[in-house]
Amino acid sequence: MAAKQILVYAELVGSEAAPVSLEVLTKARQLGDVEVVVLDPGALEAATMLGAYGAATLHAGVDEAYRQFVAQPAAAALAALVEQHHPDLILFGATYDARDICARLSARLGLTVVANATDVEPRGDKFAAASSIFGATQDVLTELSGPSPCVLLRPKSVTAESAAGPPPKVVEVLLPPDAPRGAHRLESVVAPASGPKLEEAKVVVSGGRGLQDPSNFELLDKLAGLVHGAVGASRAVVDAGWVPYARQVGQTGKTVKPDVYLACGISGAMQHTVGMKGAKHIIAINKDRDAPIFKLCDLGVVGDVLKVIPALISELESRGVSG
Amino acid sequence: MKIAVLVKQIPDPSGVGTLDPHTHLLIRDQGEVVLDPGDSYGVEAALQVAAASEGQVVAISMGPEKAVEVIRKAMAMGASEGVLISDERLRGSDALTTARVLAAALATVQPDLLIACTESTDGYTGTVPAAIAELLGWPSLTFAKQLEVTGNTVRIHRQTPNGHDVVEAELPAVVTVTGGINEPRYPTLKGIVASRSRPLEQPTLEELGIDPATVGLGGANQRIVSVEPAPQREGGEVIEDQGEAAKRIADYLAELKVI
Repeated sequence: MAAKQILVYAELVGSEAAPVSLEVLTKARQLGDVEVVVLDPGALEAATMLGAYGAATLHAGVDEAYRQFVAQPAAAALAALVEQHHPDLILFGATYDARDICARLSARLGLTVVANATDVEPRGDKFAAASSIFGATQDVLTELSGPSPCVLLRPKSVTAESAAGPPPKVVEVLLPPDAPRGAHRLESVVAPASGPKLEEAKVVVSGGRGLQDPSNFELLDKLAGLVHGAVGASRAVVDAGWVPYARQVGQTGKTVKPDVYLACGISGAMQHTVGMKGAKHIIAINKDRDAPIFKLCDLGVVGDVLKVIPALISELESRGVSG
Repeated sequence: MKIAVLVKQIPDPSGVGTLDPHTHLLIRDQGEVVLDPGDSYGVEAALQVAAASEGQVVAISMGPEKAVEVIRKAMAMGASEGVLISDERLRGSDALTTARVLAAALATVQPDLLIACTESTDGYTGTVPAAIAELLGWPSLTFAKQLEVTGNTVRIHRQTPNGHDVVEAELPAVVTVTGGINEPRYPTLKGIVASRSRPLEQPTLEELGIDPATVGLGGANQRIVSVEPAPQREGGEVIEDQGEAAKRIADYLAELKVI
């Protein structure tokens, strides 16, 4: 049986391959021969790294339109590439941009999509994608058929490992002349941030409704600063407008796998736990003894977060911890 | 201006869903169903754009007959019309088919703007709105945490991993909104009463020009082959806070070498 052709849609962060793209490449190598497509003016800068992670060929589109316009030019270029090569599987990291591009590609060419996959495996002559439903209480395996099925792999589903591969062959991808431009990115605003990123932090301190008021998130900021952590949140407080969506941990939101996850005033609805149950150690503080979060924590404290957190900050400071 | 908003009926997210043991499909026509909490932000956003433009809101759904309840809920909040595509043959449709059916309905509604939430709470695929945009040839402005329509232009703040992008397009367009973009209103008693007499269309697949052979389980290029309970974590020690809890947590953090 000939090796399967896997096309990976990779993205850049700055001039480097995005961490999730390296995870996806690592998975793709286990499934067949890997080619990668990058649609970004800086596409060539990441070539060596993409080769090291297993891409034999880099399809590079360097048109400025990919940065200036959201999803439509990239979907048009990707569709042309797929129609030319007919890959057996197309893998994406589940990012804001990739989800839109994948959706448009799917509609354009009639390809099926599994979003939020945590794994992909061969199944006979086809592929199957693993995902979680009902707040990760059930594992589902979905068999894919039809032309070039698409899978969006959730970040942190796979540990990225270099294959020490050689630099890839580079093939230029041209923007189809009739590609629509669509929504124009006028400006990118970077929110002031201190400390590690939520997805990368070794310690995550997350808050929920139990904090009672958005201003009490300052306590979490202070605690996170002391333990070199990042601050996350439950859907309830994001929906209430207390903190932005980018901080949300859960099914709708980010998956984090820190060494320590401190859940403060979070009941542990399935919506939330799917995003954090992969943490190595979980500490929970909640005043409701029956909160589901206590069923999966290593250390649980039944108490008022608004008393326990300030006491914890004082305790850490008294032990000379200064962040 | 005419604003369409997608709404979905989902099993009450505070409970646990049930799958049909044979088809592995979510059982959608039994038990408590609610308007997807994410959709309430979409409906509110649509009502706000409509209020600013002397427009009207059309709530659109694909789902079982029971989905009429969530369209009525959107009407009770202020939507003036509804469209429900409900057909047993649609059961088991994938996201692509859902987008094709909704796009066909939208082609008859002809809104200036389509608003949806970023992803449903039950399936959370999140590809339907952008797929609809592609099928209609419209731009998509997704993950909006702020939305503004001026004349024929829509501008959003699009959530990014480290801030936001300011993104703009000409109408017609598709916008998806994140939770927290607004504070959804509660239906008033007057709204609830009025919702009962608002027009609701239920076009058939044939009327929408959709070939029934291409929808449902048979039309989907994906098939659930197994559903297993996920391995669960074991719970650990739980203590009552008697004033010593902070010290206990600090000890644990020291043990884990976090401090």
